[in-house]
Amino acid sequence: MANVISDETIEYVGILAKLELSEQEKEDAKKDMEKMLDYIDTLNELDTSGIEPMSHVFPVNNVFREDEVTNGDGRANTLKNAPLQKNNSFEVPKTIG
Amino acid sequence: MAKQYETVIGLEVHVELATKTKIFCGCSTAFGGAPNTHTCPVCTGMPGSLPVLNKKVVEYATAVGLATNCKITQVCKFDRKNYFYPDNPQNYQISQLYLPIARDGYVEIEAGGHQKKIRIHEMHMEEDAGKLVHDEWDDTSLVDYNRSGVPLIEIVSEPDMRSADEVMAYLEKLRLIIQYLGASDCKLQEGSMRADVNLSIREVGAEEFGTRTEMKNLNSFKAIARAIDGERARQIELLEEGKEVIQETRRWDDNKEYSYAMRSKEDAQDYRYFPEPDLVPIVISDEWIAKIRTAQPEFQTEKMERYKKEFEIPEYDAGILTGSKKMADLFEATTAICGKPKKVSNWLMGETLRLMKEQGVEVDDLKFSPENLAKLVNLVDSGDINSSVAKEVFEKIFTKNIDPDKYVEEQGLKTVNDDGALKAVIEEIIAKNPKAVAEYKGGKEKAIGALVGQTMKAMQGKANPAKVNEMLKEMLKA
Repeated sequence: MANVISDETIEYVGILAKLELSEQEKEDAKKDMEKMLDYIDTLNELDTSGIEPMSHVFPVNNVFREDEVTNGDGRANTLKNAPLQKNNSFEVPKTIG
Repeated sequence: MAKQYETVIGLEVHVELATKTKIFCGCSTAFGGAPNTHTCPVCTGMPGSLPVLNKKVVEYATAVGLATNCKITQVCKFDRKNYFYPDNPQNYQISQLYLPIARDGYVEIEAGGHQKKIRIHEMHMEEDAGKLVHDEWDDTSLVDYNRSGVPLIEIVSEPDMRSADEVMAYLEKLRLIIQYLGASDCKLQEGSMRADVNLSIREVGAEEFGTRTEMKNLNSFKAIARAIDGERARQIELLEEGKEVIQETRRWDDNKEYSYAMRSKEDAQDYRYFPEPDLVPIVISDEWIAKIRTAQPEFQTEKMERYKKEFEIPEYDAGILTGSKKMADLFEATTAICGKPKKVSNWLMGETLRLMKEQGVEVDDLKFSPENLAKLVNLVDSGDINSSVAKEVFEKIFTKNIDPDKYVEEQGLKTVNDDGALKAVIEEIIAKNPKAVAEYKGGKEKAIGALVGQTMKAMQGKANPAKVNEMLKEMLKA
């Protein structure tokens, strides 16, 4: 119980998430995250040795599509989500990677 | 004495699979569509959209895994790799980290006259990102999501390569295997096969690896070879100056023949992978694997052996003919029609390669049909056209895939087999060239060449030179 999130952790998670947080927001976020971790800690009360980690609740696997084109030209819809557009593309600040 | 260095290279090869649709949605994967036309809420990462896995992707990936001697992970899963970049609209890439579809494989290569195994660490399925086009003048980038969600496999080798030659041989081998499987066209220029090179150097005899760098943006075999030489030299220079190699990602600029450290995205190596909750596990049963294994085609080495045995094609020629799936397909289809493997091989090995080189045509872009080449082989074989006319006709087949039967007919290129007509022309030539005739009769046999040439000219090439030669000899005896 009682997890503590350090200033460094909040700073680092902020960088990873590309978020600029005010001091107040950092303090709030720290408290939220501590609460979440405390809640998850409940799981530590269970003995899970020998149990396969699972990523799904339902015993379902192999959900597939056949390889057939079912979508048409989606450009108009897609570009509705572009704050800025040019030449039928999303326009973003220059990014070279 | 100067220190001797050894280059240690491992490769991450991305291959776009030849599916008709994207990995998680029913959008087309066709190359070259107008920007953002092949997009939907799934491949542009809209909240609430649900990805559904394309079955063909699993089949192709399994087939490549089996063909490269990997163990197939019979229960495998997808994970999310989190990063922020405009080409990635979901802010995560769906990939496989914990349970990749295949592991622990190898391919055998031949480089510098020796055989070597290059081990494959693992192979996983993932989705491609969109494409960024940078505006030189505007300080903006344009994003096209047509490629977002195109299925990829990433093949990660062990650091088993020691030279650019070995890297080329490894890539060539992977390309042949994957092309023969039909799992991808593997075109480096169009980006359907891409390689990132991890390279470090160490003193010869050292056991520990040096610090490695990763090089991206390599889109041709030549660029890869140059980048390897360039990066090796850069690292040696650093060490010789007493400096250290920094582990970083570098971008190769093939025009400047130098690599640049990519702007470090702050802590970008921490991808916070976690299991993808929207996709259920994949179970690849023994039966499924057996089915995929049975469907595996004849690969290059087997094909080469068969060509040598079945068609009596020499080793070197068999190597070239099987060196790309396209060439092997052309050879087999044409041979199946005309039944003359050696002659088909001669056209492919001779004129086809010559014209490809002359016109800068890649093998995958060859346009002529096996039917038309087979017709040409038959035209020559039956003596309907002679070999120099045939070369002319072939050039037309090569560039425009014309029907040679029709073309020869229309252009009146058929060899004149009318002995009477030919005899008349030869008589005329003999009469006109007393000097050559006298030389020949005087024992200078080569002099007949000039007479054959003149006859062919008079016939506008439409005679069989061997026959002209024979008739001339006969007539000069008299």
